Amino acid sequence: MNVDVAKKLTEVFPGCLVEQDEFPETHIQLQPDQWSKIASYLKETEELSFDSCMCITGVDFGEEDDLESRYNLHSMKHNHKIEVRISANRKKPIIPTVSHVWQIANWFEREVFDMFGIKFKGHPDLRRMLLPEDWVGYPLRKDYVGPDSYHGIIIPKVKEVWE
Amino acid sequence: MISDQLATAPWLMWFSIAGVTLFLIMAFNALAAVYVERKVSAFVQDRVGPMGQGAGLHAGKWGLLQTVADAVKLLTKEDIIPRAADRKLFIMAPFVIFIGAFISIAALPFSSIIQVIDVNIGIFYILATSSLGVIGLILAGWSSENKWSLYGAMRSAAQIVSYEIPAALSIIVVIMITSTLNLQGIVEAQGGIVWGFLPNWIVFNNPFAFLAFFTYFIAGVAETNRTPFDIPEAESELVGGFHTEYSGMRWAFFFLSEYANMFVVCGIASVTFLGGWQSPIPGFMNSPFWGLFWFMSKVLFLMFIMIWFRWTFPRLRVDQLMSVAWKYLLPISLINIFGVGLWILLVGA
Amino acid sequence: MTERLIKNSFIHGEEMILNIGPQHPSTHGVLRLRVKTDGEIVSEVTPIIGYLHRCFEKHCENLTYEQVIPYTDRCDYIASMNTNFGYVVAVEELMGIEVPEKVEYIRIIMAELNRIASHLLALGTFGLDVGATTPFLYMFRDRERILDMFEMVCGARLLYNYMWVGGVSHDLPVGFVEATFKFLDDFEREIDEYNNLLTFNKIFIERTADVGIMTPEVAIDYGVSGPNLRGSGVKWDLRKNDPYSIYDRFDFNIPVGEGTMGSVGDCWDRYWVRVLEMHESVKIVRQALQQMPKEGNVHEALPKKVRPPKGSVYKRTESPRGDLGYYIISDGKPSPIRLKMRSPAFTSLSVLNEISRGWMISDVLAVLGSLDIVLGEIDR
Repeated sequence: MNVDVAKKLTEVFPGCLVEQDEFPETHIQLQPDQWSKIASYLKETEELSFDSCMCITGVDFGEEDDLESRYNLHSMKHNHKIEVRISANRKKPIIPTVSHVWQIANWFEREVFDMFGIKFKGHPDLRRMLLPEDWVGYPLRKDYVGPDSYHGIIIPKVKEVWE
Repeated sequence: MISDQLATAPWLMWFSIAGVTLFLIMAFNALAAVYVERKVSAFVQDRVGPMGQGAGLHAGKWGLLQTVADAVKLLTKEDIIPRAADRKLFIMAPFVIFIGAFISIAALPFSSIIQVIDVNIGIFYILATSSLGVIGLILAGWSSENKWSLYGAMRSAAQIVSYEIPAALSIIVVIMITSTLNLQGIVEAQGGIVWGFLPNWIVFNNPFAFLAFFTYFIAGVAETNRTPFDIPEAESELVGGFHTEYSGMRWAFFFLSEYANMFVVCGIASVTFLGGWQSPIPGFMNSPFWGLFWFMSKVLFLMFIMIWFRWTFPRLRVDQLMSVAWKYLLPISLINIFGVGLWILLVGA
Repeated sequence: MTERLIKNSFIHGEEMILNIGPQHPSTHGVLRLRVKTDGEIVSEVTPIIGYLHRCFEKHCENLTYEQVIPYTDRCDYIASMNTNFGYVVAVEELMGIEVPEKVEYIRIIMAELNRIASHLLALGTFGLDVGATTPFLYMFRDRERILDMFEMVCGARLLYNYMWVGGVSHDLPVGFVEATFKFLDDFEREIDEYNNLLTFNKIFIERTADVGIMTPEVAIDYGVSGPNLRGSGVKWDLRKNDPYSIYDRFDFNIPVGEGTMGSVGDCWDRYWVRVLEMHESVKIVRQALQQMPKEGNVHEALPKKVRPPKGSVYKRTESPRGDLGYYIISDGKPSPIRLKMRSPAFTSLSVLNEISRGWMISDVLAVLGSLDIVLGEIDR
């Protein structure tokens, strides 16, 4: 399914795919710039109709690599699914939002923003989801270092202290 | 009335004796009712409820001392008054509610000779005083400076004012049949037999009166803020409703008045519709002291039904509550009045 | 109805912001709802979550694959077996492990029993939210028997850590099969009792029918799944539509909401779907108990080291609350490089504002109760 969709997308949105030797079986690697339009296309095209966004996962592989946002889409109508991956520069992670395409993406993107700091351009309400509003840093990034204290509460770092 | 000596004693002494007795009755009523409520709820819910177990003073045999323990706990609990609260009103509110219930009981005829004060407009008096409590509810809700309490107060004001009307209109049916406002008079009018075998209670007098009893009882349950009409204190929505901020003894006064109100509502229902102290078998065991027994049995039976309601039904929503009062109970009670009027014209009281 | 309530209140007052929670009797955990109200009528509900955030995903990056299993228990603590199940199925898919027949059956039995237990809690607390106290205790009574059976099997009553990658921790004890059959026989009768007490109670119907209607389009758009989605009339169940484990061997139906008491997708439908699902689960457990092979070693396929090859997997299973997905990325090391749990209650909660706007405060709590959320899973 991934390959078929990837072929189709290159026809409709030329240059939307990240250059690779061949289409990978497992996923579609997209460029971020046209993502909003592509998402609407994926949802609204009759033979694809990916009407349900199962999951949005933020990924960080390590210090040098870019951040990534992965979308698992599913079609209730045709019962098929694809995975879309979009990379974002670690220094300036910006990916267009899809919260207007799938309502649930609103909360999923907020969670990814909360944990990875990926900014979803055009998101109506990009606030922290699970962490407090005034938390500093993005905990699920590999280079994250936790704070020493939070509102006067000392956070012990050495394992012996809390074990 | 109990004896000539008392009757000739100074009025202050007479009222203090009556007052203390009434207070004891109310306190004991609450103690007993709470225990029954706990036990009945436990049996309804497939539990055993409070049980004394093992050596030492747990909750006594079958948990009989549970409510005493509760009372001690409430008495010794810290009395918290929120800083933002309107102190004077906050302190006053529980007593206002309590007084409403307290002075209503005074006019209830426990038996043909046991009654604190026999007012010639007794029924009118009770209807007036028992709705006094709503002022206390509003005071409590307003003075707590808490949004939940405010919601509770708003709801209870709307609710009690609405349900006063069907309740009072149902009572009018009784007044039409007995043509007296005096509670003793109403009970005396219910002696004898009707339909050949039934006691001549107003509930059996005619079909409209039968309906009026249920209208009154439903409205009465609503007036005491009990499930399914407990929206002013709906714990799953409003936390505690109007008494969210209260603790300790002040809270206990709300509790006490809830059970006292139940007693009053059930008392009125049994006096007006179920023959008060009249025996169910006319002429059988009808002495004044048996009268007390019959009256109390009827009241307690109705209270049991209220408790049963509480542990069986879900709660209505506030707009549904209003529609029950205005769209169903009110028309039914108006039809009842009309029907009873026709009945008296055609058949006779 | 929504429009009616708003239109009829022609006296518009000042809007008030009401904080429901984090400490409130009916928020099912530590949830805070910021509710904008005009009198009793609610114009906006904003759920604020994260009070129970325990850094599950961050923890997982520092734990081995086996050590993650107890953490999944604590995510959805009402249906721990199902959260275990989803995780081990995902890891097994990543590693390509075939588990023995007997293990498959045991897992199904446990998952379905846990589904019943979870639904019982959901229905009971829903009753509590609309003011009915008694059904809650009745349902706890039966849930208790299921927990007793879990205790027989693995010694724990709430957090089981029972399913392992490639197997389960213990074989079924002697007498378990008989005890389960006995329970199932009793339980089907008990469901009728609940129906008499709560389901068909006039007041309950008044409170729930036509309230909080969720259309299928809204449900899919918000990623709502499980009984909530089926309550909206969408016949979608992963056990049938995308069978994992051995669900394709059993004969059961997918109950959907039909608008029996009001419109399709109202609170009553969501409630009723859960009641019917308990019947279906009973069916599945019966069949599984009958078909289960007597012999078999449940530890046979346990891998020496759980070290999935480089790659990623997104696997979802049907938990009592809906599609429970795990996204696992492995780079061949003993602990995952990323583990994301897609929690069904998270998506169910996101739809709350959409379906409870314009209703009354009491209705918001009824809708919240009908969505059956578990905060441990939302906040992770």
